[in-house]
Amino acid sequence: MTATDTTFGRMETEFRAKRAAGRKLLVPYVTGGLPGWQQAIRAAAAAGADAIEIGLPFSDPVMDGPVIQEASQRALDAGVNINIIFDQARELDVEIPLAVMCYYNTIHHAGHERFAHMLDVAGIVAAIVPDLPLEESAPWCTAADAEGIETVMLAAPTAPDERLPRIAARCRGFVYSVGLLGVTGERTSLAASATNLAARLKAITDVPVLVGVGVSNADQAREACRVADGVIQGASVVKRLMDHGPEAVGEYVAEVRAAITF
Amino acid sequence: MSIMAEPSAEGRFGEFGGRFVPETLVPACQELEAAFREAWSDPSFIAELDNLLREYAGRPSILTECHNLGAQLGIRLLLKREDLNHTGSHKINNVLGQALLAKRMGKTRLVAETGAGQHGVASATAAALLGMTCKVYMGAVDVERQGLNVFRMHLLGSEVEAVHSGSRTLKDAVNEAMRDWVANVGETHYCLGSVMGPHPYPWMVREFHRVIGKEAFAQCNDLLGSPPDVVVACVGGGSNAMGIFSGFVDTPARLIGVEPAGGAAVGRGIPGVVHGMRSYLMQDEYGQVQEAHSISAGLDYPGVGPEHSYLASIGRAEYPTVTDAEVIEAFQMMARSEGIIPALECAHAMAWIAREAPTMQGQTVLMNLSGRGDKDVNQMMEILGG
Repeated sequence: MTATDTTFGRMETEFRAKRAAGRKLLVPYVTGGLPGWQQAIRAAAAAGADAIEIGLPFSDPVMDGPVIQEASQRALDAGVNINIIFDQARELDVEIPLAVMCYYNTIHHAGHERFAHMLDVAGIVAAIVPDLPLEESAPWCTAADAEGIETVMLAAPTAPDERLPRIAARCRGFVYSVGLLGVTGERTSLAASATNLAARLKAITDVPVLVGVGVSNADQAREACRVADGVIQGASVVKRLMDHGPEAVGEYVAEVRAAITF
Repeated sequence: MSIMAEPSAEGRFGEFGGRFVPETLVPACQELEAAFREAWSDPSFIAELDNLLREYAGRPSILTECHNLGAQLGIRLLLKREDLNHTGSHKINNVLGQALLAKRMGKTRLVAETGAGQHGVASATAAALLGMTCKVYMGAVDVERQGLNVFRMHLLGSEVEAVHSGSRTLKDAVNEAMRDWVANVGETHYCLGSVMGPHPYPWMVREFHRVIGKEAFAQCNDLLGSPPDVVVACVGGGSNAMGIFSGFVDTPARLIGVEPAGGAAVGRGIPGVVHGMRSYLMQDEYGQVQEAHSISAGLDYPGVGPEHSYLASIGRAEYPTVTDAEVIEAFQMMARSEGIIPALECAHAMAWIAREAPTMQGQTVLMNLSGRGDKDVNQMMEILGG
């Protein structure tokens, strides 16, 4: 058994329906508070994204490589905080579900119940917390479940077989299949571990499996989607936003969408 | 049972500790915990480590009574001389333990973070001795102010990478070392330098430093016939303090961990989660980790080991602060009165003792002199104007 019996959250319900209809899922990541971030999300939604992962900038992003580190630092230097990001997220009039990617101290500091409620008020339906492994997840997951926030768990290539079903069982929304041993960032090729882990997960769960970390361009997204139900695009999106602005994000998302339409 | 016993199965000391790491590292932490547990109950591992500590690091370290300072301050002052260990600080105790364990686990490469450079030098030393490769991450600010130790690490055959992200000090070096570990977890052991990080590090590093407290307890017993009244150590992450506290936590001695005023995790912090652990942490109203500011690179850390947070929360240890100005004064006082140049980190402990001596008249105070001050001489020359 995976996830809850019959009642999935909004994101998982939509993802399952789209998968059933033969569509691969595309989730771009945008650092909240970067100049142009709202326009980037609107552009991504219009270009075929199925959900958006909003990164909440943190001072010590241990799972992130240079691009997202720099984006976080820029946002923090500009004085951005979660109140500002949540207020601006609420103004987003996109049709697709919004998730946050945030480090655990942001939640811990705000308080579990309070943070879950803040997400709900901001119209955000899911959370991804890369430094909160299964064993430490209960306090947050309890609060998130109570507020109807879907918590996406990460699965890594290092996980032994017995661990994967336990992770999948705790996943809401989708399972984040970590593509490689390493931090976020662009790589010249898709690691073999990306499709290996996605295949291992597909074999043990019917929760949608999305590959993230090290899926760096449209070709790699296509390769990952031969096995997985979809992909998360992080550094490649954020880099375009920082270097070329929101329109470039829209163009890139359209390119990836085309590549994963089989 | 000792107050400083094994943490819970989840790696908790009271409500502190735990294992807040990316999923990729969970199996590595579990594997490390199992390997340490097994090695630490294996007499052959203990004998091998003891042998290295004795014949390579130069243990046991001596206890020095400071008659001059004692007379000046009206106290009996004893120093545990960890500065006399090979590589010049207590850090070698932990590093030899971890490097031996890493070899036993089949790892061929060490990564380490360093602040003042003492842990980096110790790691580079152990890697050279045991035939492993080693990469040390060091904040760019610290590379600047600890040039001598950077060169030492190069001499010892290690690679040193200056970290330019965030505050460019110790906390950012930890982030970068963790990122390296995530990417290279198969062959690499993260040789963490303090009683911090995810379980089992705070416990394991404390166990490797327990030798300090064990020796000091026996030495005090020989000299005094009883434990001292007060045990004092500086606290950044808190490994030297944990080492010496472990020998006296179950005695009536007061335990004092001295933090820099600009890096007072226990004093000004509230519980937070960073670097794999839940502990007191300097952070802003949104949970962003704040930058520590101290004259001493080794104490420039906004967090603290979780067991220190636990000892503070139950009132067993006290965590006062001293200012940079008090530290500069204490550094010179120790040099002039005793002919010992302390590391700036340890000068924090001395500064607290000098300030509080009037309230401790006639008492016996044991201070952990965890490192020697050679590395700080250039910096002090700039401050004092040669």
